[in-house]
Amino acid sequence: MNIHEYQTKDLLKHYGVPVPPGRVVHSDAQAAMVAEEIGGARWVVKAQIHSGGRGKAGGVRVGSSIEEVRVIADEILGSLLVTHQTGTEGRLVRRVLVEQASTIAREYYVGLVIDRATRRITLVASAEGGVDIEEVAEKTPELIIREIIDPAVGLLDFQCRKVAYKVGLKGSLLPQAVKVMKGLYRCMRDNDALMAEINPLAVVDNDQLLALDAKMSFDDNALYRRPAISELRDFDEEDPKEVEATGHGLNYIALDGDVGCIVNGAGLAMATMDAITLHGGSPANFLDVGGGATPEKVANAFHIVLQDPAVKIILINIFAGINRCDWIATGIIQAMRDQNIKMPIIIRLAGTNVEEGRAILNDSKFPFIIASDLNDAAAIAVAEINKIVKKVAPLEKEHS
Amino acid sequence: MSVFLNKDSRVIFQGFTGQHATFHAEEAMKIGTKVTGGVTPGKGGTKHLDLPVFDTVEEAVQATGADVSGIFAPPPFAADAIMEAIDAGIKTIVVIADGIPVQDMVRVERYRLGTHSVIIGPNTPGIITPGVGKVGIMPSHIYSPGRIGIVSRSGTLNYEAVAQMSDLGLGQSSSIGIGGDPVNGTDFATVLKAFEDDPETDAVLMIGEIGGPQEVDAARWAKKNMRKPLICYVAGLSAPLGRRMGHAGAIISSESDTATAKIDTMEALGMFVVRNPADIGATVLRAIKS
Repeated sequence: MNIHEYQTKDLLKHYGVPVPPGRVVHSDAQAAMVAEEIGGARWVVKAQIHSGGRGKAGGVRVGSSIEEVRVIADEILGSLLVTHQTGTEGRLVRRVLVEQASTIAREYYVGLVIDRATRRITLVASAEGGVDIEEVAEKTPELIIREIIDPAVGLLDFQCRKVAYKVGLKGSLLPQAVKVMKGLYRCMRDNDALMAEINPLAVVDNDQLLALDAKMSFDDNALYRRPAISELRDFDEEDPKEVEATGHGLNYIALDGDVGCIVNGAGLAMATMDAITLHGGSPANFLDVGGGATPEKVANAFHIVLQDPAVKIILINIFAGINRCDWIATGIIQAMRDQNIKMPIIIRLAGTNVEEGRAILNDSKFPFIIASDLNDAAAIAVAEINKIVKKVAPLEKEHS
Repeated sequence: MSVFLNKDSRVIFQGFTGQHATFHAEEAMKIGTKVTGGVTPGKGGTKHLDLPVFDTVEEAVQATGADVSGIFAPPPFAADAIMEAIDAGIKTIVVIADGIPVQDMVRVERYRLGTHSVIIGPNTPGIITPGVGKVGIMPSHIYSPGRIGIVSRSGTLNYEAVAQMSDLGLGQSSSIGIGGDPVNGTDFATVLKAFEDDPETDAVLMIGEIGGPQEVDAARWAKKNMRKPLICYVAGLSAPLGRRMGHAGAIISSESDTATAKIDTMEALGMFVVRNPADIGATVLRAIKS
């Protein structure tokens, strides 16, 4: 689960990480009021959406007067911000963070990730802050400093000092850097975060360290014991289909294609998408119905997949282990009846109770297309899509 | 294969009296698995499935000589159950739970250091050695005894591969699910080593997916150390950047996490690479004939 920048900064403040004075607002009038309240000569107005690259997209701007802050807030609020992560349709800005602007002397990067190779939380730092850290890691890996943290003792002072010296945080900045790193680590550990980063961690006037931008994401599987973090969830930032799917215990991710997919198991779901792609088709979604899927769950899966207007056919691929093909088949028929589905449905069933499942499908009057295996299913799906696309292609030409 | 589950293995289940553990313990016994009892705190001294129930893993190990445990505790309690099994000296710990907090697994892995325990999973269908037994939730009837070792992250994709192999008359020595989580107990390379050392395995099929360095690390290890053919498939060719594809660990965070990058590296290392998931069985057959 991701949260907004202003929420991350609120959290970090509680762990002793210094952040600029500021507040989140929902209107231009509030923006002007906050600028007045926090004082200063320049203010930065930052769009609050769950996406990187907000600055490049025009979502982060500086105002030199209260009136200018108000105008900028008015322009950003309610606009659609298009970044490299939002897709071309952009994301609606519902709130902005107004902060005192700082004069930046230097920018650093400090972050924590769970390193899969060492199976530990790793502190990552660089003297090249304020830019995309992935790019730094790829082009100049020698500028990335890493320190592995032993969970039994946590991040130790000497580790922070080592990292600080290596990136060039010395003198009066050193104790501040240690405090920031330890605060960031405690915040990550106490709240079950998967990653936490401050970028940039800036040196501003009077040799003060300040977290100018910060990002955290949290472990969905630990939210049950982090009620305060769960409260920070912003459903406006999530695909409503994905939210509905989660509510039904389904795993759904929207993609760009037109073949709707209903599969059991994450690996088989990915493999099914791959098989469609290799046959020249394009999957509309990833959907895992999980284990022990009831007919209701299968029917719900149809409901979610069909909310995507691009879906022209549906491919169902089930290899039942703890699932039951007869339950899956019952769910398919329930969906066909209740949701009045007209598009081609290609079904591949295998595993537990497969004969019962096929019998249920055969006894119904629906014109299902039964596939014998994974390859067959993908080939049929792509052939069916090509038939449909050919039919509508001339119409599209007339429009263009 | 004799490393993780063999004919001498003595199995217990943690969370034994729960609905899932009960069902899967019965299924395991049907195919000959030596289940010696189980653990459910508060129910020690009772019987379940005609087997003794203990309050602690330590007591279960002392009384039954168990060396393998199948953990069916729900995710919030799984880390504690794993550490209890490590503490009691269990050698092979199979963790079925899907949804254990990642930082719990970071702590578990720290606790395991310096012990002889091997953790299979979490978020795995488990282990099956056809003809000997299983600790897990896979449908045993699709597997058959044979000489191909399988190691995979995904459960259902493992079943898919097994079905394709069965159509071609190929059976399995063992099938190990290492699980779909970002921090897991046993990596691909560890299982590959076990198969390489196993006289009952002729070739190994590795089924990976997007995210993390384990597939490529394992292929590099195999290039140096393995004489048996290694067949590799990586799911998620069409997965988008930065999204978790069902499994907590299946996420493309950088270029090297993509299926294409992993497959290209494996191909360069000279492995038998499967690009189309429908060709897994055929590629295994080609590999053992070469």
